[in-house]
Amino acid sequence: MSVDGDPPLIQARGLTKRFGGFVAVDGIDFDVHRGEAFGFLGPNGAGKTSTMRMIACMSPVSAGTLRVMGLDPATAGPRIRARLGLVPQDDTLDLELTVRDNLLVYGRYFDLPRKLIRQRTDQLLEFAQLTERANDKVDPLSGGLRRRLTIARSLISEPDLLLLDEPTTGLDPQARHLVWERLYRLKQQGVTLVLTTHYMDEAEQLCDRLVIMDKGRIAAEGSPRQLIDHHCTREVLELRFGPDDDHSALADKLDGVGSRVEVLPDRLLLYTANADAALAEATTRGLSPESWLVRRGTLEDVFLRLTGRSLAD
Amino acid sequence: MSTRPAIRSLAYWTYQYRRTWRATLASGFLMPVLYLTAMGLGLGSLVNRHAAPTRLGGVSYLVFLAPGLMAAAAMQSATMESTWPVMGGIKWTKTYHAMLATPLRVSDVLYGHVCWMALKVSLVSTIFLGVMAAFGAPRSPEVVLAVPVAVLTGLAYATPFAGFVATRQSDQPIIAIYRFLIIPMFLFSGTFFPVSQLPAAIRPLAYVTPLWHGVSLCRALSLGDATPAAALGHVAYLVALTVIGLAIARRTFASRLAA
Repeated sequence: MSVDGDPPLIQARGLTKRFGGFVAVDGIDFDVHRGEAFGFLGPNGAGKTSTMRMIACMSPVSAGTLRVMGLDPATAGPRIRARLGLVPQDDTLDLELTVRDNLLVYGRYFDLPRKLIRQRTDQLLEFAQLTERANDKVDPLSGGLRRRLTIARSLISEPDLLLLDEPTTGLDPQARHLVWERLYRLKQQGVTLVLTTHYMDEAEQLCDRLVIMDKGRIAAEGSPRQLIDHHCTREVLELRFGPDDDHSALADKLDGVGSRVEVLPDRLLLYTANADAALAEATTRGLSPESWLVRRGTLEDVFLRLTGRSLAD
Repeated sequence: MSTRPAIRSLAYWTYQYRRTWRATLASGFLMPVLYLTAMGLGLGSLVNRHAAPTRLGGVSYLVFLAPGLMAAAAMQSATMESTWPVMGGIKWTKTYHAMLATPLRVSDVLYGHVCWMALKVSLVSTIFLGVMAAFGAPRSPEVVLAVPVAVLTGLAYATPFAGFVATRQSDQPIIAIYRFLIIPMFLFSGTFFPVSQLPAAIRPLAYVTPLWHGVSLCRALSLGDATPAAALGHVAYLVALTVIGLAIARRTFASRLAA
């Protein structure tokens, strides 16, 4: 991904964000290289949005260093922002303006020539499959359409770097898949993508590399595959028992089967390289689950292992 | 040729105005017509009959009232533009946040919006001047200078209000601004009757309101009896408030939008 001698597009060292006494981002290090899709995963309150806002030069760095496109956000904010697109977590569209006008006025903020803005607007409406709604007001549009419009709008300046803060939160599956497909196309065109998400499938679909954040720190870093290999097992066996069974006692019986057993209120999770063999062994040891499920280890397992199962807020 | 960033953020407000210009022009026209008819002509016929002519400087009530109302309308229009839309830019439509994701800076966002407030108040005041002239209220061609004075009066309210609203979490305080500041000032800052009619103890309160300065100068320009010294004093006071308001707004916008 990174070519030797090619400086990272984003470089953070000891990056910290404090709000009064609260530390939102606690001295994190990361590099994002040109052309890659990089993800920040984490539960609510992990510091993902604060990190994104610092990269977008919308929020001053409290401590540490941050370079975006080789520039310092503290002094070169407008220059950096001229070359990046931001898809914020909450849409900031003007609901009373039409779809097209939202793009036209946004292009003006970048001081692009009007003719160029009009050209790009037509292309972007096409790209986001919004051409038919171009003259409709934004207000009645669904969440999926608004999200596509926000993404289209962020591309009006043809940015080198696109920041997406939870791009598909609240969308239905069809809308999510369409957004993913469009983002993948942008990546193929060479746009560097940096996104935050708490959807594991989104991270697996889109990210070449990601970090898992928890309580303002980076808990793990790697490609989705590396993270699964490193923090999880190839397969997971889920065993469900009756409500009166003592899960802890059952877990003890599985000692030595697989690499780890996790006791949940409603089931046991057995992390193993071979779930079928583990199931056979469990049966041999006298366990008779009501139902079971054999599945692959996923990023979600990694995520839950690293950030815990308790609710963040 | 690059366009100044604040002008680019102003572009948003003009875009947005394309949607509502008919309604606001109509109300900008109707408001002075209604007020000048009801109060200037209607109430004025009583006033003219019963008040000693010297009380209003020897002119009819309509001639006295119209320039004062012009300043008051500027205050109201500026307040409208600097309260709810500012809260909207921060919290509801989040227009400010959209702008700040582009090369625009917080100060560009603020200056662009304040430029828009000034434009909007100029528009309202120019229409007011037209209506006033149709009623035959101005006594001097200097009245055209009342338009920039009205704009300045508006800005003396708009910049501190914008700065204040940026520190608030809800629009409740905006309602309080109207109830406890705008309505009392509208009624007691010399628009409808000379401040000299107020009890001596509360007169100084009227003198510190920006509206009194705006009303006094607009009236003097309309009557043709403005003196350079008094004019300079009023303008200086209004400019000072505008500049202080802008300095406050720069700080409150920055701490709200770029935390």
